[in-house]
Amino acid sequence: MISTKIKISNLYKIFGSNSKKYIPEVRDGMSKDELLSKYNHVLGLDNINLKVEDQSIQVVMGLSGSGKSTLIRHINRLIEPTEGSVLVDDQDITKLNKSELLEFRRNRTGMVFQRFALFPHQNIIDNVKFGLSIKNIEKAESNDKAMFWIDKVGLNGFEYKFPNQLSGGMQQRVGLARALATDPDILLMDEAFSALDPLIRTDMQDQLLELQKNLKKTIMFITHDLDEALKLGDRISILNGGKLVQDGSAEDILLNPADDYVKNFVKDVNRAKVLKIKSIMNISGVQNNSDSFVKVDDNIESCLPKILESENDLNVFDDNNKFVGLISRNNVANILKN
Amino acid sequence: MNLSELLITFPEMSKESLRMFRKSVDGAYRNFSREYGDAIEAVFDPVLYFLVWFEKLLQSSPWPIVILVILILVYLGSRSIYLTIGSLFALLLIGYFGMWEDTMSTVSIIGVCTFMSIGLGIPIGIAMSNSDRARATITPILDVMQTMPSFVYLIPVVMLLGIGKIPGLLAVIIYAIPPIIRLTDLGIREVDKEVLEAADAFGANKRQKLFRVQLPLALPTIFAGINQTIMMALAMVVIASMIGVKGLGQPVLKAITNQYFTMGLLNGLAIVALAIIFDRVSQSFGKRLQQHRSGSRD
Repeated sequence: MISTKIKISNLYKIFGSNSKKYIPEVRDGMSKDELLSKYNHVLGLDNINLKVEDQSIQVVMGLSGSGKSTLIRHINRLIEPTEGSVLVDDQDITKLNKSELLEFRRNRTGMVFQRFALFPHQNIIDNVKFGLSIKNIEKAESNDKAMFWIDKVGLNGFEYKFPNQLSGGMQQRVGLARALATDPDILLMDEAFSALDPLIRTDMQDQLLELQKNLKKTIMFITHDLDEALKLGDRISILNGGKLVQDGSAEDILLNPADDYVKNFVKDVNRAKVLKIKSIMNISGVQNNSDSFVKVDDNIESCLPKILESENDLNVFDDNNKFVGLISRNNVANILKN
Repeated sequence: MNLSELLITFPEMSKESLRMFRKSVDGAYRNFSREYGDAIEAVFDPVLYFLVWFEKLLQSSPWPIVILVILILVYLGSRSIYLTIGSLFALLLIGYFGMWEDTMSTVSIIGVCTFMSIGLGIPIGIAMSNSDRARATITPILDVMQTMPSFVYLIPVVMLLGIGKIPGLLAVIIYAIPPIIRLTDLGIREVDKEVLEAADAFGANKRQKLFRVQLPLALPTIFAGINQTIMMALAMVVIASMIGVKGLGQPVLKAITNQYFTMGLLNGLAIVALAIIFDRVSQSFGKRLQQHRSGSRD
């Protein structure tokens, strides 16, 4: 059964000295620009409703200024909401008092930052240990834990170096280890890989996916890069001007973009690489007797040679090698056309 | 009185009322100091004992040991063998020209003033960095402390506590403490917002943030403040000697009144030598603190 880990309901954030006052007008449809010109307040989030599944990677995407960094900071309340609720396992984060909030941050969430935000005066092991030392965990135990995570992210031998002696990619590994060291069930990643160069970014994405296989954390991942979103996200939410414009799987977003903003986002994506056979095959049809077949969960690109070579429709099998449908060159052509 | 006359002469208060005003303020203060002078002096007794003890310690210990200790501190602070050798020669020359005892007096009062300035200044600086209101209140006070001619605040201090070490100490601290307060405040305020946010995200409370993140990262800036404070304390040596503080200032004062050029020059040079040693040591120590603290990006 899929359970909801984080449930965000009717969340509004208005930046300004008198934010509460303008909620009714925003609720009645006042736009971000209007609010700014009329009252000089900035609309950060506009009625966000979102459920994040337990143990999934939820990507939040949008251009800069769309409110994605604001949204992620509401999960651990680094930013106070103007109105609305954020439930984590049915506990309303917005209602926690000061010490409960500190406890929540210490035990339940870990955060990774775009520009790493490591502590420059501490060496790597002390950086990784930071969350543990805040919890006053015994030195020997926190040392062991820190070493474990330093090893996990592949930074063995760098324990006593300082952040400014490490490359960007290595620094972000420290950031990741620091976030994981307290063993939180929620991982918040704010454009965590955006500051890295492309090769290292791909590397880090792979490493994150690899770690997630065993860790099974609930991860909220902010990015402005669609390829990264499609690669990592179990589900993808797209924000525009503080509004949630679409929330769905990678396929949903590619095949049924909600509006022009999303369409614009996805237009340059290589669909064949992202979409799977199952999203374009014909479910009707009879199994033919050719030996050649493709699997439902293969992506289109990897099957292209087979599909193009074959004269007839191709059989599609599921994981148990059971026939589930047919795929034709036309199916592929159609999806690549638009 | 016609209009042109009114524009030329300022409408000042009458001589009589001004005299009354001065008299009543002075009288009130004199009464206050007669009433509470002893009690306030008693508050400073521990400081005085410490100051006297420290001075005695420096003066009565064998000079080679004192020099050795100073040289070790110089080396630990600066890690520079040249500075250590330079300090050795400076100290030997000071002793050879008969200024050893005065120099030790000066070192002791500068040392005590610096420690007291650090002890008072850093907490005040922290309070200032914590609230904009505290900053708005304290900043003008610091401005007054730094610009008010020191003779002016020496008058009430001497009226209250008489002549001696404690009034001198207070005068030096009033003059020398502002930089450490200002730079503590600045250093804490300058800590990278993202790093602070990271500390918040891991559930650090105010105390933990202050001691584990803000103060360590502000330390190089705070150290620049300490350096300034030492320099300003040294600059006050001659003025402090006017109210009875022993040390290198007194011979300078004597030299001014009697036109002893060589005496003034030698003692002046001794002050300069101390200043250079203090400055270079504290600066290079501050620089070493800075090593890994300059941001996390390469």
